[in-house]
Parts: sequence; structure tokens; C-alpha cells
Amino acid sequence: MIPEAFDYVRASSVDEALAAMAHGARPLAGGHSLVPALKLRLASEDTLVDIARVPGLAGISVDGSTLVIGATTRHHDVATSADVAAHATALAAAAGGVGDQMVRNRGTIGGSLAQNDPHGDLPAVMLALGAELVLRSASGTRTVAADDFFVDYYTTALADGELLTQIRIPGGQTQGAYAKFNRRAMDWAIVGAAVSKGADGWRVGLTGVGPVAVRAAGVEQALAAGASAADAAGKAGEGTAPQDGLDGSAEYKRHLACVMVRRALESAA
Amino acid sequence: MATVETGRAGVGDSPLRKEDAPLIAGQGRFVDDLKLPGMAFAAFTRSPHAHATITRIDTSAAEAIEGVVAVYTSATLGIEGGVPCASNPTGETKQPKRPILAEGRVRMVGEPVALIVASSQAIARDAADAVVVDYDPLPVAIHPEKAMLPGAPQLHEIAPGNKCVTITHKTEGFDAVFDAAPVKVSLTIDNQRLVPVAIEPRAVLADWVTANDEVTLYTSTQVPHFVRTFVAAVLGVSEAKVRVIAPDVGGGFGSKLNVYAEEFAVAQASRLTGHPVKWIETRSEAMVSTIHGRDQLQHATLAADADGRVRALRIHMIQDVGAYLQLLTPTIAHLTVFMVPGLYDLPHVDITLDEIFTNTTPTDAYRGAGRPEATHMIERMMDRLADELGMDAAELRRKNFIPKAAFPYTSATGLSYDSGDYEPALDKALEMSDYSTFEARRAEARARGNYRGIGLSTWVEICGLAPSAVTKAIGVGAGGWESAILRIHPTGSATVITGSSAHGQGHETSWSQIVESELGIPFDQVEVIHGDTGYSPYGLGTYGSRSLAVGGIALFNTCEKVRDKAQLIAAHLLECAPGDLEWADGKWQVKGSPDKVKTIQELAYAAWAGDSMPAGVEPNLEATTFFEPPNFTFPFGTHVAEIEIDGETGKVTIERYTAVDDCGNVVNPMIVDGQVHGGIVQSIAQALFEEAVYDDSGQILTSSLVDYMIPAASELPRITSARTVTPSPTNPMGVKGIGEAGTIAATACVVNAAVDALSELGIRHLEMPLQPARVWQAIQDAKGKQ
Repeated sequence: MIPEAFDYVRASSVDEALAAMAHGARPLAGGHSLVPALKLRLASEDTLVDIARVPGLAGISVDGSTLVIGATTRHHDVATSADVAAHATALAAAAGGVGDQMVRNRGTIGGSLAQNDPHGDLPAVMLALGAELVLRSASGTRTVAADDFFVDYYTTALADGELLTQIRIPGGQTQGAYAKFNRRAMDWAIVGAAVSKGADGWRVGLTGVGPVAVRAAGVEQALAAGASAADAAGKAGEGTAPQDGLDGSAEYKRHLACVMVRRALESAA
Repeated sequence: MATVETGRAGVGDSPLRKEDAPLIAGQGRFVDDLKLPGMAFAAFTRSPHAHATITRIDTSAAEAIEGVVAVYTSATLGIEGGVPCASNPTGETKQPKRPILAEGRVRMVGEPVALIVASSQAIARDAADAVVVDYDPLPVAIHPEKAMLPGAPQLHEIAPGNKCVTITHKTEGFDAVFDAAPVKVSLTIDNQRLVPVAIEPRAVLADWVTANDEVTLYTSTQVPHFVRTFVAAVLGVSEAKVRVIAPDVGGGFGSKLNVYAEEFAVAQASRLTGHPVKWIETRSEAMVSTIHGRDQLQHATLAADADGRVRALRIHMIQDVGAYLQLLTPTIAHLTVFMVPGLYDLPHVDITLDEIFTNTTPTDAYRGAGRPEATHMIERMMDRLADELGMDAAELRRKNFIPKAAFPYTSATGLSYDSGDYEPALDKALEMSDYSTFEARRAEARARGNYRGIGLSTWVEICGLAPSAVTKAIGVGAGGWESAILRIHPTGSATVITGSSAHGQGHETSWSQIVESELGIPFDQVEVIHGDTGYSPYGLGTYGSRSLAVGGIALFNTCEKVRDKAQLIAAHLLECAPGDLEWADGKWQVKGSPDKVKTIQELAYAAWAGDSMPAGVEPNLEATTFFEPPNFTFPFGTHVAEIEIDGETGKVTIERYTAVDDCGNVVNPMIVDGQVHGGIVQSIAQALFEEAVYDDSGQILTSSLVDYMIPAASELPRITSARTVTPSPTNPMGVKGIGEAGTIAATACVVNAAVDALSELGIRHLEMPLQPARVWQAIQDAKGKQ
């Protein structure tokens, strides 16, 4: 549990962080995904640039009808924010169940999203909320929809040298929930379902049913067509590609997707 | 200072633990807290293969790293001997050499191949990765039932068929009784492989002073004297020159009842380099290089009369011992053999135990050590029988209990159970768990779409290890006694030096309570020293729930010796005959003359001053005892689990848990409750969560605490516990032992409850751990059949 040697620099601004990243540094925020990987020598980095203390990168605010969350905002702060509760119920619920209290005290929303663990909670929640992710690099700023951000297994739309700085969520999503199935409260989801009712109706995100979080299109269409929660949830396994593993068979996980979607919808209603 | 609400801290009181203040404040002293001048750090290069021939080792790149002091392989470390095994149950046990570093071949993932000594832990780790080892992979034997078959890959030339040892025990007349019994039930039960996961991994700091060839070994162990003996023997140094110190030890659960390759290697590295050398096991290493537990497959058939009286049990047990033998590996399943009948009057058994080598981490003692396997089996069999006969599980057990009048009771496996009164514990547990009204709760859960079940475990176990004649008879190469010294200082405080080696049990507290009760020296005036061979007479250590029933009795008897000596001195000072004195509240006083009195403190001072001693009595109040237990002790109890299964996901939740245990007389009820709770939690962990899984190539899939699932508080029930008290007649305190009770009891009642919950679907057995996917699949399969 001893990492290979690396250099450590602390950025005092996003520009400083981006400058370090241009030289190959990897950003370090809460350290709850990256540091264990380094200690297990599953990852190796020449330089880490610590962005945890960059002013303005953490914090929650409401910009008109949009909920704005800084990338280095800790899970605990997301989970206990009145603004998050008022605008993105599904996120408040999910953030309060990420890892355990120690993880929530240190881990950040941006770190979780950039890590894009296939069993992470928050990518599915971002899909359900129709969030947008603000990415900055030396060449400027761009905004990517959550639907386009989570690309594949541990892979996002972030380009080399690009830093996730902000999450923007259409506000007023007070009907929402996150249903997570795992064996221990501290664990990643075996399967998780996030549901949220936005301006265009229900959106449903799933985690744990493939290499990356996905929208449950069949469920969304069924709900839009007026199906009951139970009937719509039955379509949650469609088009998913879960893996057989120590945590269960693919068949079991498709079944869990249906159960979790239904429970999330019932809890959100 | 301890808070003693009653103002007393004698036997039966619950003072807070003396140990806890420094531990809670982060002021414990564990091996990794120790720093010596010139200290270097060790790391090991370990095999990534389960079975392979080593064709080449190139250490040059590692040696070239700045800060590397030395790199050793088996060719250069200079240790001829191997890791010791002190267990030979039949006299014909195959004990293949386990080299300290691999000698041309590796037989398990994680086997140490090279040792690096460097100026920092990080450099040592880098250098361990830089050692180039070429392997020629060999076919692997992973599953013991397959490893036994002809044509299976072979691990050791001296062990054909991968067979380590076969142990059989068959009672005379078994066949006739078994064949004649009208009812037979059978189960195959897999008691899965577990990883002990002490919170502190293993840790060693060796300081070999070459000038006088003395070595001090700080090591996280339960058995410092065993380590001393074997380090002396294997490294060829006088045992008198070896001092082993177990400082604060962060848990063991049996995994530190061992002497490991790394302890020899690190000591030798200190000898060769002239540096103190520290090695701290990483958690990743611990998952494969510290012993595993359990991994016993059982094919059992229980024969009974139509009215439920059990008559005979036939069982074939297959124990996976792993790639090599550790200190007591072959003995662990042997303990299962002894406890197969449980607490039932079961007159006939036919037991065959095959212990099999596989390309996996060695198994050895893990909390309960052989007895959980026995209890889980017999309790599953009893539930299966109750189901077959349509009898209530509690009443079937009651019918078959060894009756109170039958003690001491000789079991079908030849043990003499010291005392027992099983029905009161059962009755109390049934009452506390609202057993009689359970069906209403089942129905209520069913209405919600869930399955609710209730399960019993009536358990007995064997503690107080062990009478030395027995350890010899079962092929364990050490006695079973324990030691204690009591030294009363001139100012009246006392030092206890115990051969027990606490690693979380609270001996400093409990031993102080014994001294307060027996001698009237206040709890806070008693210091307890353990875990240092430089201070202590030989001690056999702490394991097998033995410490109180053997080490505690050694101290109790030492207190008696000191009190007897003090009586002679008091009589001399008070100018009376010793027989004219009576002992009360820490004083010898003349009967009927309360003013003619000498306190133990006054007598200690007089004994130290030495000027007015009776003739023939040596100065000072100090005594030593080596206590040889005349028999084992047999605590028992009833546990009841009530569980609910989510009908949609298969997730098992324990809704209620009731434990009624009988460990004889109790020294510290709070500590006993803690032991019960901890044991139950560890056993629930086996029932629901934990399993070490190897793939077919011998790679361990559960190699971190992400995949090897240890439950946290949020996954565990509130435990309601109570006691009955049936003193042991085999020792003067009437104590038995409690450290493993919960671990022995809980798996069976949890699994019995789950099977009970699903019995309406025709499910008759479930394997541990009851992970949701497995339970859900069982429900689907059962529904498919209906």
C-alpha cells in the first residue's frame, strides 16, 4: 500500500491547475479514488496537482433556474445543501449515500463524475437530472451534456488537459429519488437507479448495468406514455449489458434494475 | 484511571478496561510505532502464480536502486530450515517443507520469493517490484475434492494425491445402529474459506545485535514464546539469546497464533545487514500471506428414530489445508472431529476427515478454529431433521440434549464434558426472542412480500486448551499449561506477569480484578505485564478461549500461594498460630479479635524488610505458578436469529438476535458481553458477507476489502444477550471461556433462519455466505420447480 514516488503541487487557481495539467499533472481533489489506486500501484502518476483548495471551485449556488455546484464540493456538502434539496432531490438522496461518512467528508462530486466508476452513484444521477458539465482547459471553456459526458468504462469526454469545474443542473426537480442496491451501506452500487422529473418529463439513469451509466430509455418512454411505475420499471433491463460477477449474474442485475427503478419511482412520487 | 461505579473492581464487577484510554487516545504502541536507530525496512517480492517453477531470479536491477541495502533469495538468505508445523494428528501427517523464501518452486499466490532491505519502506517496495523472476507455470489444484482425484496436479512429492492426513473415528457398533435407524437426513455443507483480517496486519521489527549475538524481535503475535523457541531453532541461536516482545497487538483471531516465514526472514536480514529491520505487512499482502480460516466441505448423514431421538451421524469432511502447513494447520479440522456431536446425546459417530493440499494460502486457526465447523454442521442437521419429522426445532433439540444429570459426560468422540445445563439457556433464549409468537411476524412479513424466518443454534464448545497429556495424544508438539507470576512490592502495589498474551481481550483489566478479589490489592494498584519473553516465564499464549480458564487460574493459584505465605508472616507478627487467623477483605486477622490484624500491604512490607520473618520462610511476597488444566471446559448456550429476506432482491436482514450464553462464572460481565458481541458479529459476517474466492487459475478474486466484505455497524443487528451460570468443576474459579462462543454459535442460527424463511418454497439448504444474488437465485430456482 505504498505508491510509487510522485511530485505534488498545490494549485491556487484553476489557471495554475491547468498549467500543471498541461505538463502532465493529474488533478487531485478528495483523493478517494485516485489515492487508493496509487497505493495499490494500479495507477502511477509523475505529478499530482491538488485542486482541493482552489478558491471558487467548491460551493453551491442557484443561478436563475439553474443549480450550480462547484466540482470540488464535498459529497457531504451536496447531501446537506438546502439548494440541492430544493432543486435536485435525486442528487441530495444519492450524495448522502456515497461511500461512508469518511468518504463523503473528503470525496468530491467532480471527482466522482470524472472517475466515472461503472458502479458509481452520481453518473446515473446526472443523467436523470439532465445535468451539464462545465469543462475548462487552456484553450477555453465548454459545456457538455451528461448524456455525452459518460463515454465508457472509466472514460469521460474530458480531454487531456481539461478540468471539470462545475456541474449545472436544471432547477426545480423536486420529484426525484435514487434507489441503490448494495450489500453494505458503504459499498458502490451493485445496481442503482436515479429518477427525476424535469421540464420534459421523467428521466431515468442506471448504474451497474454495463460499462457506463445509461439512460433507461424504455422506462422513460413508457412513463411518457402514461404507464404505471410498476409497468414502466419492468423495462429497465432492456438494452443493458451487465456483467456476471461476484456480486451477481447479469440476469440478476437486470432484474435489480427493474426493482430499483420501481422503488425509486415510488419513492419520488 | 478506571471508572469503577461500584467502587470495587473485583471478580464479577465491570470496571472500564485499563487498556482503552491509551488506545482510544492514539497512544498505543504497536510495532509500527517503534523506531530504532539505523532502522532499515523490508519488503517481499511475492509470487503472482499459484503454481510455477522458478527458472531465474535477477536481483541486479533491485540492488542498483539507491537506498537498497540488500536483496536476498533462498540462495543467499542462509536459512536451511522451513516454517514450523507443530501438529501431527496421526503420527503420519505429511509435513512438506515450507521454505522461508521459495526454493525453485512456488505453490501459491503471495509466496515470498525475495526479500529486500532498504533505507525506506517506499524504496523497499520499489525494489521488490524490480526483482525479475522468471516463472514456468505449472497446472494448479484449487478445489480439494478435485485435488484428491487421480491425475490432479501434485503439490508435494511426499504427499501423493495431495493428501496431508486422514483422520477417522468410528464408534463400536455404529453400523448396526445407523442401518437400523428409520429416519435419515443428509446435507452437503460448505463451510467457506475466510480471511481473518485483524485490523493491524502482521508487523515485525528485528534487532540483531551481532556483537553478542542477541536478537530482540518485536512482532504482532499471540504467541511470543512460541516465536522465541522457533526463531532460536530455525536460525540456530541460543533460545536464551532471543527476546520476543508483542507490544500492543491489533487483533489476531488466531491468525497470529503462528510463526511465519516473514518473522524468520526479517530476523535473519537484521543479522546479515547489522541493521534493525522493520517489516509492516500491507493489507494486500495480508489477504494472501497471512493464514486463512475454515474451508471445510462436509457430507453428513444423521440417523434418528421416528420420534426424533438422534442415534448416529456419519460424516466425511474434506479440509483444504492450502499449499503448506502452518503452525497448527492439521489440528484445526481435528477439533471439528471432536465436536461433531455438539451438545446432544448422540452415541454413535463415523467420521472421516481428509486434509488436502491445494495451491492456495494455508488455512489454520481462525476464531473458533474447528468448532464453528462442527456446530454449523450439527445445527444444520438438527434443523433438517426437525423439518423431515415435522417437529419444532426447539423441541427436537430439547429432546436430544445431554441431560444435566449426565455430567461429566463422555461424548462419542471421547471428550469428557465438564458441566452443562442446556435447557435453561434454551428456555431463556426462546422467551427473550418471542419464539412462541413468531408465526404472526412471519405472516406479517409475507403480506409485505418478504420472507421471514427464525433459527436456533444450541451450541457447546471446547475451551481451556489444553491438558498437556491431550495435546500430546492428538499430536500437538506443545503442552497446554499456562504461567503467572505475582510480585507484591514493598509499598503494596502488585505486578502480575502472565504467560497469556492479550491482543484485545482485556487481560490487564480482568487479571487485576482477580488480584483485587483474592488479595485485596486495589485494581488500580495492579500492573499486568504480558507479551514479553524477557520478563515472563514461558507462556503458551492466547488462543482457543484459553486465557481465563488456564492463564487466569494460574494467576488465581498464585494469589493463593501469596496469601498462604502472608498468613505465615502474619501469624509470626501477631504471635499466634496460622490456624488462628482468618482472611477477610485483604487482611489476615485473629479470629474474634478484629484489632489484631495485618493487611496484605503491611505483610508485603514486612516480607520485604525481612527482619522479622518466621523461621524457614523466604523474604518477599512473590510466587510463580505453572497451571496444568486437568480437563477442558465446555461453555454452551442458545442463540436465536430472526431474519427477513427481501422477496424481490434476496437480501437478508437480521431483524432480531438473541444470545444466551453460559461460560461459567464471569470475571468482568462487560468484557464478556463485548466478546459475545464481537464473536457474533464475526460469525454473522461469515453467514452473510465474507468469502475468500479463488478462480480456477488460483488467483484470489477477493484480494481487497472492497471485494472481501466485512460488515460495518450499519449491516448488523442489535444483539440482546443474557447469561446462565453453570460453573466448571475443573478449576477453582468455575470459569470456562467466552472468546469464541459467538463465532461458534451464530452462523448456524442465521442460516437456519434463512432456510426456515424459504422452506415454504421447498428450500432445504443454503450455502454461506447468504449473499443476495445467491438467495435470489435459490428463490427463482425453487419457484421454477413449483
